[in-house]
Amino acid sequence: MIKQQLEAIRAAAVAAMEKAEKAEELETLRVRYLGKKGELTAVLKQMGKLSAEERPVIGQLANDVRAKLESAIESRAALIAERVMAAKLLSETVDVTIPGEPRRLGKQHPMYQVLDEIEDIFIGMGFEVIEDREVELSEYNFTKLNVEEGHPAREWSDTFYFTEDSSVLLRTQTSPMQIHAMETRPLPIRMIAPGRVYRKDEVDATHSPMFHQIEGMAINKGITMADLKGTLNEVVRRLYGEDTVTRFRPHHFPFTEPSCEMDIQCYKCHGAGCPTCKGEGWIEVLGAGMIHPKVLEGCGIDSSVYSGWAFGFGLERLALGQYKISDLRLIFENDVRFLEQF
Amino acid sequence: MKLSRKWLNEFVDLSDVSDKRFNDEMTLSGSKVETVEREGAEIKNVVVGRIVEMVRHENSDHMWVCRIDVGREAPIQVVTGAQNQKAGDLVIVALDGAELPGGKRIEAGKLRGVLSEGMCCSFAELGMTAHDWPHAAADGLMILNADPELMAKDPGPGDEITGVLGYDDSVVEFEITPNRPDCLSVIGLAREASATFDRPLRLHRPDVRGCGGSIADLVDIEIEDGDLCPRYTARMVRNVTIAPSPLWMRERLRASGVRPINNIVDITNYVMLEYGQPMHAFDFSCVEGNRIVVRTAREGETIRTLDGNERKLTANMLCICDESRPVCVAGVMGGANSEIVGDTAMVLFESANFNGVSVRRTATALGMRTDASSRYEKGLDPMNTIKAVERACELVELLGCGEVVDGVMDVIARDRAETVIHMEPAGINAFLGTDIPAEDMYAYLARVGIERLDDSFPDADVRVPSWRGDVLAMADLAEEVARFYGYNNIPNTLTNGASTRGGFTDVQKFERSLGVSCRALGFDEIITYSFISPSYYDKIRMAEDDPRRASLRILNPLGEDTSIMRTTTLPSMLEIITRNYNYRNRSARLYELGKVYRPRADGLADEPKVLSLGAYGDGIDFFGFKGAVEAILREAKVGAVRFEACGDNAAYHPGRCARVRAGETLLGVFGQIHPLVAAAYGVEAEVYAAELSFEALCAVRGGKPEYQPLPKFPAATRDIAVVCAECVTVGALEDCIRDAAGGLLREVTLFDVYRGPGIAPGSKSVAFSLVLRADDRSLTSEEADAAMKRIVAALNETLDARLR
Repeated sequence: MIKQQLEAIRAAAVAAMEKAEKAEELETLRVRYLGKKGELTAVLKQMGKLSAEERPVIGQLANDVRAKLESAIESRAALIAERVMAAKLLSETVDVTIPGEPRRLGKQHPMYQVLDEIEDIFIGMGFEVIEDREVELSEYNFTKLNVEEGHPAREWSDTFYFTEDSSVLLRTQTSPMQIHAMETRPLPIRMIAPGRVYRKDEVDATHSPMFHQIEGMAINKGITMADLKGTLNEVVRRLYGEDTVTRFRPHHFPFTEPSCEMDIQCYKCHGAGCPTCKGEGWIEVLGAGMIHPKVLEGCGIDSSVYSGWAFGFGLERLALGQYKISDLRLIFENDVRFLEQF
Repeated sequence: MKLSRKWLNEFVDLSDVSDKRFNDEMTLSGSKVETVEREGAEIKNVVVGRIVEMVRHENSDHMWVCRIDVGREAPIQVVTGAQNQKAGDLVIVALDGAELPGGKRIEAGKLRGVLSEGMCCSFAELGMTAHDWPHAAADGLMILNADPELMAKDPGPGDEITGVLGYDDSVVEFEITPNRPDCLSVIGLAREASATFDRPLRLHRPDVRGCGGSIADLVDIEIEDGDLCPRYTARMVRNVTIAPSPLWMRERLRASGVRPINNIVDITNYVMLEYGQPMHAFDFSCVEGNRIVVRTAREGETIRTLDGNERKLTANMLCICDESRPVCVAGVMGGANSEIVGDTAMVLFESANFNGVSVRRTATALGMRTDASSRYEKGLDPMNTIKAVERACELVELLGCGEVVDGVMDVIARDRAETVIHMEPAGINAFLGTDIPAEDMYAYLARVGIERLDDSFPDADVRVPSWRGDVLAMADLAEEVARFYGYNNIPNTLTNGASTRGGFTDVQKFERSLGVSCRALGFDEIITYSFISPSYYDKIRMAEDDPRRASLRILNPLGEDTSIMRTTTLPSMLEIITRNYNYRNRSARLYELGKVYRPRADGLADEPKVLSLGAYGDGIDFFGFKGAVEAILREAKVGAVRFEACGDNAAYHPGRCARVRAGETLLGVFGQIHPLVAAAYGVEAEVYAAELSFEALCAVRGGKPEYQPLPKFPAATRDIAVVCAECVTVGALEDCIRDAAGGLLREVTLFDVYRGPGIAPGSKSVAFSLVLRADDRSLTSEEADAAMKRIVAALNETLDARLR
């Protein structure tokens, strides 16, 4: 009799629990069946009426039923909780295509990005970076660089002057920093020197009265033109890519002898000739040479013991080339729509 | 320098060398080729035609219908409006599908109903001028059989016209470096080409027959200023007949970009191109007193130059003068008063050497850079004057345009010593990093005329030829050797030797880190000009007596706007802000680490760097901007930062400007730009700017921080709100709180400033959140309360701030 009652409770309770959709419903069921005044408890109260043989059997059965119901509640509760969570997450769904809150880091000027790249290459090769004055003596900008009196670069039409006797000027090249380094630094020297330079050019797509150059120099005993070539080849490969093809052409600078210009094979046409290289197949990247013995001697360095190489080039042109910027004016215009592109 | 390859072949035979190979090899040996142009390259399908018959066009009263033999099986029919042709003439015919200069295409079609299978051309339609064809009709067809020189080439129907007209040369344009004026000539480039391709150089020695007489009887030549004119060489020609020069000469001049004029003038140009020695021809009948004086101009002298302009001469300009007046601006341009004209009978050829700098300055001052002056200005070989004048006279005889008077006037005012260099092949190899045999080195040098003076070996003395004024020492010889050995055959080695320390200095690293901070805060880097206009100081309302107005002034600026070196970066920043504002960019956050230039007693400048910040738009306000400044200082680990109100910087809003200090060190100033300044720039937005001294930042920046243990014990948080007078600053309240709190106070955070109902006018309520903590124990609330009591009392006593 009790046995049948227990079986009935089990069946009814399990069926009801499986239908429960909410945590509260489940709780009501738990109270109804397992609570102190619950149905199972009520049945168990009749245990006293049972015989000594029946009691353990029914007791066992009752415990089984209780365990069954508890586990049914537990698993149903877990299922309900899972559904609740799923519904909550669904309701919290966002449109991931909506843009994030605007956060913009500032940008380094593209020209200085290029400069940083160059500096890092030379730093890795044991070079130092030096800076020096821009308001310079003619002696350092010209004379000590073997640019003689009467040279066209010295004309007032080309160079900005501060004094009537043409002795103080805005440096027209970064090369005077070579002289300062030779005069003040112990040998050997390995340095690069970037900076602003000034020439009397009207502003247009390729000219600016102020622009930037970078200068490099190594002086030691036994430095050769082969060293110059090898070092510059290495630098250019790091800048333009490992498979860059280079060539050196004789050229003329007053402060180097022999002098050269370095070309890279056009990265667009690989030497065939195209608009980028103006049909030449090559693009000039820098001027260089062995430091003129007169320049060394002028700085008190014995040219029969020491030799050195030097190079220089314009940073703007490099930046323009690297970023395919068509007009130099953009560099100095500083339009944020331009700057944020880099 | 434009070089005709046909002309070049006369001196070194490179007829089998393609344009491409020629360009590449010349470029690699140092004569950089800029461009190469094939003359007549635009002309296609244009041939010689013989007019077989011509009849009137039936529908036109002026056109002719010609049947023309163009070398095909049957003649073609061409309609023309020209009138100067007749049957049997050889004419230029552009065939169906022909191309003419300027991209013009000729196609068969009907002209007034009659088929025309091409077009008969004038020289103009081939892109040539009457200077090229002085004998041809100026309007009308070019009749080839009217020109005996052309007929000498035996043209026939169907021949390509470019070949017949000699319009098929390759013209190579070189970039000649200023140290090589000898290469501004066909012979100079021939010498380079001969050395480059290692082929023989065939030089021609001018030979003048002469006609008797003596130049010394006809003219006196005097050099007054030997520094400006080291040498003046002249010859005379009499019984001159002015006429067009021959076709071959005109072709070469045209290819070289020089316009043919008449035989005498063309000869001077031809010799200049061939020898690199500018020449001038005077009509000697116009040279007064039979005297040539080379002197500087006298005050007030003028000359009308050949281009028709009246030129005022100044005392530093060298002139060629006759007895009384200038007849030529030396090395620049001749005078109209002695110009070669149609009836010139007596010519004096000048072949002189002038000081390059003087010629350049004169040419620049007169605004007339000529073919002659651009050669002279680089300093020419004084030994070349004789050769050139001899060549000119030889050409006179060759052209039959006059009789050359015997004798040469050659006045040498300054002699130039020849250069002898001691050549050490081992030293050159050590310098270049090569292993070139000494014999090879001497062979390379010999190719460019540098000859050994003795047989000693391997070291020997070598003599540099007069035209190589650029070769003076061993390093120059090394370059000559390297050029012909090939720069690209020199090995590539990494620079060896004792190593240097390398690396960025601490200051350079700090500079880079400042940039990183600025960018992390959203500021873009800008680059501005170092020079500004003096009026920009007014624009930023700088006081008249402000010492920063003392700026270095450029004496020859491009314009007022770039005429002084800035002593403050503020105008530069505001200019860029303004530009962005005018471009309708909604906002900008900008920074620059740029120099200012403070004049120094020695004439140079102190050039300290300034970190400039600028911003407008996107809701930026004083505290937003200040937050950026604070973050930069925090990143630089600057301690003891203080902000002081700054009402006396006229560029800034008097109530929204602060000086920043670290301890006693002034770092700079920042704040809102004064509305009047913003208005002066035309910016209606609130603009913020900061100017921080890089030097000062460097001085106060912190080093590597020492780790502070994280708190082990809980903190007590207390909020406090006080009412105080408006004039009491938050900074003062904070300082007071810190001073009073004792060692337990860890943080003071402002969280409210309130004015309004409940607070008396002229007062404000300021609320802080305080964090108190001990490092070694949990703070009891009694301890915290005691500290708060001290704080409240101190605020009360020192600042009359009362608990709200």
